[in-house]
Amino acid sequence: MSYVLTCPNCGPREVTDFGFGGEVNPRPRSDPSERELGVYNYFRRNVAGVQREWWCHRSGCGAWFYAERDTRTNEVLLTELPEPAA
Amino acid sequence: MTRLPPQDGERVDREREVTFTFDGREVTGLEGDTIGSALFASGRRTFSRSFKYHRRRGLMCCAGQCPNCLVQVDGAPGVRACTEPVQEGMEVEHMNARPSLEFDAMRATDLFGGPFTPPGFYYKTFIRPRRLWPLYEKILRHAAGLGKVPKEQAEREWRTEYRRRHADILVVGGGAAGLSAAIAAAELGADVVLADEGPEPGGRLLAEGNHARARELTARARDLGVELLTSAPALGAFDGLVPVWERDTLHQVRAQRIVYATGAIEQPLLFPGNDLPGVMLSGGAVRLATLYGISPGSRAVVATVDDRGLEAAVALLARGVEVATVADLREHGNSDAMKQLMRQGVHVLRGATVLQAEGRSSLQRVTLGPPGAGEGGAGEHELTCDLLAVSGGSAPATSLLAQSGARTRYDERLGHFVLSEMPEGAHAAGEVAGSGSLFEAERSGAVAGAGAAHELGFGDDESRARVETERKTVLNSRDGMPEVAVPPAVTSSRRGKCFACLCEDVTAKDIHLSVEEGYDSIELSKRYTTTTMGPCQGRMCQLPAVRLMAEETGTSLADVGTTTARPPWHAVPMGALAGRPFEPAKRSSMHARHRELGANVLWAGDWRRAYDYGDPRAEALAVHETAGLIDVSTLGKLIVRGPDAGELLDRLYPNRFSNLAPGRIRYGVMASDAGRIMDDGTICRLDDDSFYVTTTSSGAGAVYQWFSWWLADWRLNVHLTDVTQGLSAVNLAGPRAREILASLTDLDCSAEGFAYLDGKRADVAGVPCLLLRIGFVGEVGYELHFPSAHGEHLWDALMEAGGPLGLRPFGLEPQRLLRLQKMHILVGQDTDSESTPFGAAMPWIVKLDKEQPFIGKWALEKAASGELETTLVGFRLADGHVPTEGAVVLPDGDGPVGQVTSARFSPQLGGVIGMAWVPVSLAKDGASVTISDEGRRLQAEVVTKPFYDPDGEVLRS
Ligand code: FES
Ligand SMILES: [Zn+2]
Repeated sequence: MSYVLTCPNCGPREVTDFGFGGEVNPRPRSDPSERELGVYNYFRRNVAGVQREWWCHRSGCGAWFYAERDTRTNEVLLTELPEPAA
Repeated sequence: MTRLPPQDGERVDREREVTFTFDGREVTGLEGDTIGSALFASGRRTFSRSFKYHRRRGLMCCAGQCPNCLVQVDGAPGVRACTEPVQEGMEVEHMNARPSLEFDAMRATDLFGGPFTPPGFYYKTFIRPRRLWPLYEKILRHAAGLGKVPKEQAEREWRTEYRRRHADILVVGGGAAGLSAAIAAAELGADVVLADEGPEPGGRLLAEGNHARARELTARARDLGVELLTSAPALGAFDGLVPVWERDTLHQVRAQRIVYATGAIEQPLLFPGNDLPGVMLSGGAVRLATLYGISPGSRAVVATVDDRGLEAAVALLARGVEVATVADLREHGNSDAMKQLMRQGVHVLRGATVLQAEGRSSLQRVTLGPPGAGEGGAGEHELTCDLLAVSGGSAPATSLLAQSGARTRYDERLGHFVLSEMPEGAHAAGEVAGSGSLFEAERSGAVAGAGAAHELGFGDDESRARVETERKTVLNSRDGMPEVAVPPAVTSSRRGKCFACLCEDVTAKDIHLSVEEGYDSIELSKRYTTTTMGPCQGRMCQLPAVRLMAEETGTSLADVGTTTARPPWHAVPMGALAGRPFEPAKRSSMHARHRELGANVLWAGDWRRAYDYGDPRAEALAVHETAGLIDVSTLGKLIVRGPDAGELLDRLYPNRFSNLAPGRIRYGVMASDAGRIMDDGTICRLDDDSFYVTTTSSGAGAVYQWFSWWLADWRLNVHLTDVTQGLSAVNLAGPRAREILASLTDLDCSAEGFAYLDGKRADVAGVPCLLLRIGFVGEVGYELHFPSAHGEHLWDALMEAGGPLGLRPFGLEPQRLLRLQKMHILVGQDTDSESTPFGAAMPWIVKLDKEQPFIGKWALEKAASGELETTLVGFRLADGHVPTEGAVVLPDGDGPVGQVTSARFSPQLGGVIGMAWVPVSLAKDGASVTISDEGRRLQAEVVTKPFYDPDGEVLRS
């Protein structure tokens, strides 16, 4: 496995520069049922296709950002920082 | 052995001698020689012994393509003598021969056969009886492999630099085609990297006497800003990443376009005796003469299937080597080279090839004649000679391309596999793409380089149009390629071993046998006979093996196909791939002081830490009796600042921080959303908007990442600063700590003025400090955080002020004991990935009534209402034995119900204490549990409150 991610701050870097945060897994809004909590904590969709993920530029600027990556080809379609606070 | 008269373009400097040793004996070569050329010039003909039969092998390709010249250099095995430059004083040794290269006892396997010889012997022999395996293994280990890694090596710094290089275009191969491609692309403005195996770019240009052109192209490329990597083979192609190994650097090159100008590999012919020293590839013989000014033989015979061999004959003649006869397998043909040979009166046999080579320790005699003839056939010529230059055609070096997804097909007319399908983003130029002559190679290179640059948007309409015209010319010229005669798999049916694979000593007969045994596909045969799996990686044996398979199975070469190309394409030391990379060690700003004080320094994560100063028990006692000083700079330190800082901490921790008063401190345990303990530390509110957060030493990086991740998600108005490195910290603790501190600061240090869990800012010994009064080791204590630059100054000031009062430095080991006495958990030691704050006996830290849906809230709510199974308690032992961490807790002799996580002997308490997970029913003061430790049974008494100062009276005083 070897590919390039583009850090929104620093530019294209080898994937080994980054920490992987897994697929974006939104927290339940309020008081989840036991099942919802279990799904949130322990289950992932693990799609064969494009997935939205969290990445951290660990060996660089340290920023967390989103990436959209095709899990079959490792093609990274987009990277972006979370929108700044309103 | 004498050298030929000096000539332009040779690589050696006749004025400068270099001396090295081979098997202990001194050899003198010239600057610019390779080990191989220097040894050859000194008269050596046998360079190695073959893998199985221990036959003599000599220089064959002189281009790093075959296995014949592998030697051991300064203890490193598997070095190719023919490409490794000589260096003064280097120690070269032969490999795979005992007792010596000239007399090898294992040669018996060649003369008499034996269990080592048939294909698949690994799979068939030494299987039964099983109990003899240890003996078999010894025998096999002795016989297998090449070279020996010395058991002991001089202390040596071998580090590999890993360099990432992003480029527009990577050109692999620096011959005429590669250089032209790089130039064309760079002229259009592309950022180009060129990697070449040789010590200088030029490829065949250099070997064939066109060094002026090579240097001209190289200079042009350099002027255009092309990054030229030399002695730098590309190792493979992985998902668009090409690792290029250049001595101590592994370049990980990622280019948007790759131009493969990898050339072609001259092929051997298969005939009995084809491995004798003195049988060389024509290119190898020419290289010796041209680059190193050495006569490859005194009387040469040339056997060829195409013009390459004829050109070699011309080149050898020009360098003054006698060429007795040239056997050209083609019946016709009248190329320039042929005309020249005719003009010089060289004896040429048409439609003939070499049928056999003979000699004792090196070549003495060859038999030429029409292919396929048996013993004593018509038209045979026996000739004495000491050099046979063979050219069995050339095979495009498509391996790297195949690794990146290219496909090949068999070309009947050319007798080898040619590229048929190219992967996206790849271009091929020069011989690998079928452009044979140097002129054509340059042109096809220019077309490929410009084409690649155009794809990336460089150039304009005019440059595009120009390249388009050129491309057509290149394609047309390929149709007019010179005639080649496709040689038979084996040229004659004469007796004698005829090697298909030199690396693994596989003969044509072995392949015949393997097909008979049912291994009738090339991939199966490869695994069974190990053909193509040796050091040459199929360069010399892939095509011959495919030819043999086709003949044996009665199919076409197209049907047999080739084996899958896999990295590494070029031999590379393990150290370059897996050697020690950059390995940072973190040292605190006071590290030198610990060294001076005789500390035992150990690794703790990335840090080098003082484990103790020689007497951990006395150090711990000093903290109780007078005072101790410990360097705790390794703690993670974060400044959390902004209007939402309190809100962020309230969301990240199960307890509350927004209501913490400025100047006060609170302990925090961080949990995950599954309610598991992640880290712990103290948090001091500096002012309304800012908090100072400390984390465990090992968790510092992870906690910062955790904080910043949630911050990115929640987008709170908070700024995080990691000051772990910028600030150092020491903890001063003990009954006299207050007195020592007070002597160095104006701060009111009285129990009332500076109470337990107060955080204050003040100068100490002139250094601006943040002082945290916390219960780190159980005595009155102050943790001082300050700019790292002042580390030694502050340490010295404290030691000086405290020395007369009995202050002692203490290390990590006494710190652990002191903290255990207070039952402070060590996250990751006393807890694991399943531990919740409830299990760890800290229910008070979880504030479920907090309005924020803090991380872990829901899971902890569920946990709070459920039943705990096990919980963390302290224990005291009657026995003096300290149980091992991980020892099992048994209730009444039944199965294990828990385990010991920490245990130490406490001189202060006069006994062994520890922490363990036990069933909740046993978590009562005075309960008795049995600990089973490596066969020993220990009776322990449960303790639920801190062993030392259970109510914190000392601490608060
Ligand atoms: S002679 Fe050195 S690799 Fe072939
Ligand atoms: Zn970055």
